[in-house]
Amino acid sequence: MALAKRIIPCLDCEKGRVVKGVKFLDIRDAGDPVEVSKRYSDAGADEITFLDITASHEGRDTTVHTVEAIASQVFIPLTVGGGIRTLDDIRTMLNAGADKVGINTAAVSNPEFVREAAERFGSQCIVVAVDAKQVSNGGEESKWEIFTHGGRNPTGLDAIDWVKRMVDYGAGEILLTSMDRDGTKIGFDLVLTKAVSNAVSVPIIASGGVGNLQHLVDGVIEGEADAVLAASIFHFQEYSIQEAKAYMADNGIEVRQ
Amino acid sequence: MNKIAVIDYGMGNLHSVAKAVEFVGSQSGDDVAVIVTSDAQKIANADRVIFPGVGAIRDCMAEILRLDVDKIVGDAIRCKPVLAICVGMQALMLRSEENAGVVCLGFVQGEVRYFGDELKDEGGERLKVPHMGWNEVNQVRAHPLWQDVPDNSRFYFVHSYYVYTDKQEMVTGVTNYGTDIVASLADDNIFATQFHPEKSQHAGLTLLRNFLRWDGTS
Repeated sequence: MALAKRIIPCLDCEKGRVVKGVKFLDIRDAGDPVEVSKRYSDAGADEITFLDITASHEGRDTTVHTVEAIASQVFIPLTVGGGIRTLDDIRTMLNAGADKVGINTAAVSNPEFVREAAERFGSQCIVVAVDAKQVSNGGEESKWEIFTHGGRNPTGLDAIDWVKRMVDYGAGEILLTSMDRDGTKIGFDLVLTKAVSNAVSVPIIASGGVGNLQHLVDGVIEGEADAVLAASIFHFQEYSIQEAKAYMADNGIEVRQ
Repeated sequence: MNKIAVIDYGMGNLHSVAKAVEFVGSQSGDDVAVIVTSDAQKIANADRVIFPGVGAIRDCMAEILRLDVDKIVGDAIRCKPVLAICVGMQALMLRSEENAGVVCLGFVQGEVRYFGDELKDEGGERLKVPHMGWNEVNQVRAHPLWQDVPDNSRFYFVHSYYVYTDKQEMVTGVTNYGTDIVASLADDNIFATQFHPEKSQHAGLTLLRNFLRWDGTS
């Protein structure tokens, strides 16, 4: 017996609806987040990640209500990310029923925030989300840089150094998104995923680029990810969670069935 | 009316466990009222008590002592079924290695140990810490809370420290993560789980349903 690798559908939500951008543009509607979460949970999803991409403050209240509604009906772990900037934001989301919060931009602008958050709420609920983009050229040793604001803003931070620092500050898990792969459906950046997974002691969720079930398998076996996250292949019902789990199990990966 | 008190001492996500218990009550048609509180009188009036906990043990113990939750838990343990979850379970033990050593409540014989930085599985592969995700629980002892829960069901864990006890007869569930750890234990009217039943879907909800009907005997 062993710990199962996790499949995590991701709900990118704006103003209370699930959307999924391709390279963060061209948003399509994929439904009501409570219904979608319930459907995924019933189908055997191991966790739900809810990413709030609503920019405005009015939208934040909608998000809190949505999180409350999901947490009242879905009894698997729920991570909420997007716009988490203060200890109060974290408390609000945990009180609404989130089990973990994802911190991205706020960690870059104030790394101490991650330390304070982990000390106050415990590392188990602090997920640091990083958006990494390859900056090395072919033939060079691979290097990735951290970007913020949906991939628009470079930070100058080396991705490997950054995740090590975040774990040192108390991050309990890393949600790693390859900006080069996000929305492409050509698979995870496996070199990046493996480099990050080997650099730190905590679990890694691979994200960005899933287009088929083999990509999930590759993320675990070659990328050494502890969990795999995908959105569009599940939202638009190209594959079901059950199919994904069966495929992973057939490839020798321990999954919860 | 089955009154369930979830002890609130300001640590972590109590909404989840309260919602899960309410859900289970409504599903099974039982008349269940859940309150989340640190009020000693309300907890004394409850039929059953849930003692949750997440985060660092030092902070949990500080809040437990500051809010007199130690006395509240002690009173509950004397007379009614108690379900302790995760750090709630760890707080019941004698001491924890976390935060350079913390004295705990000592209601249950045993201690809390760190997984270690060099944790490996049987094949020598490195294991991540925290132990986070769904792992199998082997029901090593029959117990009313296991009713209708298939043996080796997966439950959701998230922890870096685990309970060790010499009193093996208390252990009801074992899981393996580099080493065999106590997934759950029972000591008279206390049932304690390292995993989160409120986050463990069918298996977890079934265990919670069983707790709502448990009379505290095994």
